[in-house]
Amino acid sequence: MTGTITAALPTTRDNAFDPPAELGVLREERPLNRLQFPDGHVGWLVTNHELVREIMADRRFSSRSELHHSVITRADGKPVRRPAATPGMFIGMDAPDHTRYRKLLTGQFTVRRMNLLSARIEEIVQEHLKAMRANGTSGDLVQAFALPIPSLVICELLGVPYDERHGFQEDTATALRLETSADEAIAAFERIKDFIRDLVRRKRANPGDDMLSGLIASGEHLDDEEITGMGVLLLVAGHETTANMLGLGTLALLGNPDQLAALKADPSLVDNTVEELLRYLSIIQFGTTRTALEDVEIAGEVIKEGDTLSLSLAAANRDPQRFDHPDRLDVHRSANGHMSFGHGVHQCLGQQLARIEMRIAYSALFAEFPDLRLAVPADEVPLRTDMAIYGVHSLPVEWS
Amino acid sequence: MRIEADVNKCCGSGMCALTDPELFDQSEEDGTVLVLVSEPGPEHHAAAREAAALCPAGAITVHG
Repeated sequence: MTGTITAALPTTRDNAFDPPAELGVLREERPLNRLQFPDGHVGWLVTNHELVREIMADRRFSSRSELHHSVITRADGKPVRRPAATPGMFIGMDAPDHTRYRKLLTGQFTVRRMNLLSARIEEIVQEHLKAMRANGTSGDLVQAFALPIPSLVICELLGVPYDERHGFQEDTATALRLETSADEAIAAFERIKDFIRDLVRRKRANPGDDMLSGLIASGEHLDDEEITGMGVLLLVAGHETTANMLGLGTLALLGNPDQLAALKADPSLVDNTVEELLRYLSIIQFGTTRTALEDVEIAGEVIKEGDTLSLSLAAANRDPQRFDHPDRLDVHRSANGHMSFGHGVHQCLGQQLARIEMRIAYSALFAEFPDLRLAVPADEVPLRTDMAIYGVHSLPVEWS
Repeated sequence: MRIEADVNKCCGSGMCALTDPELFDQSEEDGTVLVLVSEPGPEHHAAAREAAALCPAGAITVHG
């Protein structure tokens, strides 16, 4: 099948909200296509909903980071070959290691537990809205609202002192920025680890009523490196993702005034709106990765053992076979079955927290500032095309 | 209709409890699925099917 190898993962967007158009063409023509990875590996690019879902549910496709070829190049152009997941970094592991770590946390992130956090999240959201109002009639929604709210919530859950947040927020941004060299990204990541490792030691001496202390006290005898790994994963995954959904989601609603008007007219649409924004925006913009542990025949092709697959969550979420008029933001639709939290046993652990945070934040934001609007032309909003997690770098808004 | 759940497959995503909290809950211990009503009335059939379809780990089966 020469001539059908995609030379690189398409990353160029035509506008702020739609994934690269080339992904849509591939989804129609060759949803399971050969893809050349930056290190020369010829793997696969998967772009329709059915196949993305099927592969993520199939344990013959591994999440082990050391098996993956990276789909993204860093600024220094060096192919990134990641080492095996360090202790506790269960996102890059398979069963039984993944299962063991994940099971220690799933009880903490249930729908019920997350609902119990509503009052505290509401309080945090209201404090930030009050501060915005106190500061005048304009501001950057990312710094004033979208970033601090999920950061504060995950810090409280984990037991990270919020006044120590600046280091990890900056280091997270550095690690996720594509212009950062591989060496710099690793160094930033190590600094986050050092910070959490030190915190774990402090918690051992002085336990609190938080998740890190809970892991220390669990009967599993986790060592400091394991708890550190789990803590770093939750901290990084817990704030950048929701922060970008709030920033980009607000831009999307402001850019679709009929949809925003529908939400304002019927606030009970917020649950639906959150699911639809998750589907429509797919902020994990370069998708996720799996590597075949054995030869697997799928959709008429043989995926060979060792082949890496890049699964485009964004293309799956815009699949017309799964969602009618997929390129339309429609707060009335059922977006259930979107792939934004992934699928299979690795599906986002914090998704119920993310949902509650977004529901409360969007509801309160538009209730407090019903005339919220952009303070700059929409095409001047700086987009995070340069980051592993898509969104807006800043969102200048005004209100009266 | 009869609902079956395999806790050994369950990964605790909470999609079932989110979809129909009258049919599903999650264990306080490890977040795995608890079926509250294994033979639900017809008004819950659509939600039960939805929960089975959305389950990321394929842990929920609906018969009938």
